[in-house]
Amino acid sequence: MEHGLHSEVTAAEFGVALLMLTAIVIYMNASVVSGKRNRKWPLYRIFLWILGVLAIGAVCIGPLASRAHSDFTVHMFNHLLIGMLAPLLMVLSSPVALLLRSLSVASARKVAGILKSRLVYFMGHPITAAILNTGGLFVLYTTDLYFLMHDYFLLYVLVHFHLFAAGYLFTASIIYIDPVAHRVGFLYRAIVLVTALAGHGLLAKLIYADPPETVLKSQAEAGSMLMYYGGDAIDAVLIIVFCYQWFISARPRQTVPEGGFK
Amino acid sequence: MVATNDGAKAYVNGKNRKLYSTRNLWSGVLFGLGLAAFVDETVFHQLLHWHHFYDQSTSNIGLVSDGLFHAFSWFATIASLFLFADLRRRDAFWLKRWLGGLFFGTGAFQLYDGTIQHKLLRLHQIRYNVDILPYDVAWNIIALILLIIGGILLWKTRKLPERTGS
Repeated sequence: MEHGLHSEVTAAEFGVALLMLTAIVIYMNASVVSGKRNRKWPLYRIFLWILGVLAIGAVCIGPLASRAHSDFTVHMFNHLLIGMLAPLLMVLSSPVALLLRSLSVASARKVAGILKSRLVYFMGHPITAAILNTGGLFVLYTTDLYFLMHDYFLLYVLVHFHLFAAGYLFTASIIYIDPVAHRVGFLYRAIVLVTALAGHGLLAKLIYADPPETVLKSQAEAGSMLMYYGGDAIDAVLIIVFCYQWFISARPRQTVPEGGFK
Repeated sequence: MVATNDGAKAYVNGKNRKLYSTRNLWSGVLFGLGLAAFVDETVFHQLLHWHHFYDQSTSNIGLVSDGLFHAFSWFATIASLFLFADLRRRDAFWLKRWLGGLFFGTGAFQLYDGTIQHKLLRLHQIRYNVDILPYDVAWNIIALILLIIGGILLWKTRKLPERTGS
């Protein structure tokens, strides 16, 4: 049993490594294609994309992944990586804009059509994204799900996919790096962001007091504090980018001084 | 927008201050809230270990209030600095009014923390296993002093002083 589970994980690890490599190659290829047609795609974005993919990789393969099963503090570190840091890095690398630029005009129009659809509007709305993101975490840590996912491999994969996807959706719905068809106002997004941040902190304290079954008290306390303060650290970057975008959009209109510009 | 001499600059700044008086106030208040929350977190939680992360005797509504307040003050710290930059960009920064807001915000946080969060919602106490009364009294008196300083500064900057010579 032990051996069987191990080899299963190894095969999965190989699959993940392949996926990661593919993600990097596709992104880099798209940036070359786009660079030939338009302006050069910024190098820092490629860098952010690679870092984001590596952050996911660190959660899925290697020592962090294997220790997360038995150590709740490591699990929480992984949660920050896959649910917050990787999404933030990847949103900042602006993959949708790159996709639109590197596709042919006809295909880009189709993608733009999808982006404008009602489904994308609904899913990408800050409130939907916040519920999927923070709500998903509440389900994970306050029900038996955390306990169960360590017994069922498929569930484990699904939960981690959800952590990443919901984190990405939420980050993208708060800071508009990529083109967004249906924009929501700054104040609206600020309120959703503060509420979601509050929910995250609240959940951290609940875990401190009442950790999932089978989690040691000491690990639950260390893990929940990591979730609380680590979440703050990553959210600070999100808040800075958000406020910066607000700052730029609220810049005073240039008025012509008496006697014209000098 | 292009000022040619100091007199004109002061004139423009004076006009803009009046226009953005409220924004000066809010930038100060939000920064004050954030600053107080930051000092509370680093000094009393992390350095002195007087406060607890969570002391298990907190009501649910206390936890929710704490979570919202923490998130809001974290956001306010950063947002207030962008507001500050915005005032500088518009040449409308008014130090005295901003400081008035700062003291007011810090005092308001301190008083709210010391009365509602500590006593009413019983989130946590200032210290544990000691006679709490002197701590509570000192905490809230400091809060009142900060509020009064803020109040005086805000009162004094409620309108612009008459300018002479510009």
